[in-house]
Amino acid sequence: MKEKSIIKFENFSFRYDSANEFILKNINLEINKNELVILAGPTGCGKSTLLRSIIGLIPHMHGGEYKGRVIVDQLVVNDVKITDLAKKAGFVFQNPENQIFMFSIERDIVFGLENLGTSRTIMKERVDSILSLLKIEHLATKAPHELSDGEKQKAALAGILAMQPKILILDEPTSLLDPKTAIDFINIVNDLRKKIGMTIVIVEHRLDLVVGIADKLIILSNGKIIENNNPKQVLHYSNQLIPEIGIPVISRLYRNLAKSNYDFDNVIVTVKDMVKEMRRKKFND
Amino acid sequence: MIEFKNVNYIHVNGIQALKEINLSIKPKTINALVGSNGTGKTTLARHINGLLKPTSGNVLVFGKNTKKISVASLSKRIGMVFQNSNHQLFADTVKNEILFGLNNFETDSQIKKNRFEWALNFFDLKKYENTSPLKLSGGEKKRLCIASVLAWNPEVLILDEPTVGQDQVQKEKMLKFISNLNKQGKTIIIISHDLEFLWPLKPNTIVMAKGRIKKTGKMTDIFSDDELLNQTCLMRPQLLDLWMKLNIKEEPPGDITEATDAIRRINGS
Repeated sequence: MKEKSIIKFENFSFRYDSANEFILKNINLEINKNELVILAGPTGCGKSTLLRSIIGLIPHMHGGEYKGRVIVDQLVVNDVKITDLAKKAGFVFQNPENQIFMFSIERDIVFGLENLGTSRTIMKERVDSILSLLKIEHLATKAPHELSDGEKQKAALAGILAMQPKILILDEPTSLLDPKTAIDFINIVNDLRKKIGMTIVIVEHRLDLVVGIADKLIILSNGKIIENNNPKQVLHYSNQLIPEIGIPVISRLYRNLAKSNYDFDNVIVTVKDMVKEMRRKKFND
Repeated sequence: MIEFKNVNYIHVNGIQALKEINLSIKPKTINALVGSNGTGKTTLARHINGLLKPTSGNVLVFGKNTKKISVASLSKRIGMVFQNSNHQLFADTVKNEILFGLNNFETDSQIKKNRFEWALNFFDLKKYENTSPLKLSGGEKKRLCIASVLAWNPEVLILDEPTVGQDQVQKEKMLKFISNLNKQGKTIIIISHDLEFLWPLKPNTIVMAKGRIKKTGKMTDIFSDDELLNQTCLMRPQLLDLWMKLNIKEEPPGDITEATDAIRRINGS
């Protein structure tokens, strides 16, 4: 039987040693292969803990009370070594300075590959193709401190992508970037997902950047999943949308108009959708 | 009230961060400073309260040249909230953090007491009065930074990326108090990438690119200019984008309520 899901949480709960309360409570969740999934929720709701549980930082680095199971590409996280998981899932941190540390970007990219025992020929190929893919060939010999925030973010991504993970986890990857650079970054990883097949889990506060391309929007609140569905469904029909979630302006407008008995034929996520819908209604002709 | 005249600034490492800046900021206005990463926005803001002095050219604040007055005397009238709260907070308790600036700039003990109480309550920090600032969440730290600065009642408030790490509820609160402070006569200068946040404030907008000012004007005019947006890594706020694509001639709406009303009116429903 072919397994559809690549990440699976089964009755999963976790409490950090230092805390009295469980930060994640009885999570049941399946993420399918090659999906792009957005994880949202107020600060302190357990988003980072959920991400750490996928790559095995929990329970292997952060101790605590662990209940249930997390299965990543058929490996039970609790039963395998963190290095086995590293081959499956790559993690790009919120702050790229926590991630890139070698004296040149090229060296930084091969660092992970060397640890996985990759041959020199393959390493060379991988580095070249990643640099050209992200259009950062000119950064190869630069030191991390010579890079702008946007370049650092791409360099951190390059180091992870070189290992060709099946799963890519991005924790607020665009928080330091200006709007255009942020969109470029999101488009690059999404194109790559389509080209080589990759599952992406992303924590992103600027939902307007990602709702148009995501398969699912998961909302966490107080350690529980309160929504898990197609972003259009969640943004437009959910009664659970807590005020802390930054719903894109256009979606809020749609909800407002729909509430005042304005008929829409389609669900609207982007300005383009709204314009199409208005034109169909011969708006302002 | 704030004038930049042919200002150039060269960092110690030889990089020129500001190039031929000419700028005039009027009293009691809300101003937004926008542009891509590393384009000189923060450097420009630091010239206003005298933390940095021009390599050439002059900055005049309240008619005085910043080269000739102390940062302390400027700070009393110009409050600056830094992007990274950790660079600003240093006291052992929330109470002492707020009192620090107040003690330096205010002598009347009754006024001091009133303003302290106001800052503590207005920013929902009363329950943390005796807590260490380091134990607060990112959003709470930011509120404390703003509270400490507003406590001494400066005439100008500079906010550097105030919405980073804030959720939607906190952003809306911030929008309200910025607009209220402005109505009370304060001059506000906001540096931000968060254009959707700035849009309802209808600020005078200053666009920077590579150390230069590319354009200044109303947000609607600036963000109608496709070429400028491309050059400066900016994106059009969604409501303006919608208005332009639908070719609606009337003034674009400031918020969702205004947009809903306008659409219903135009559509005759």
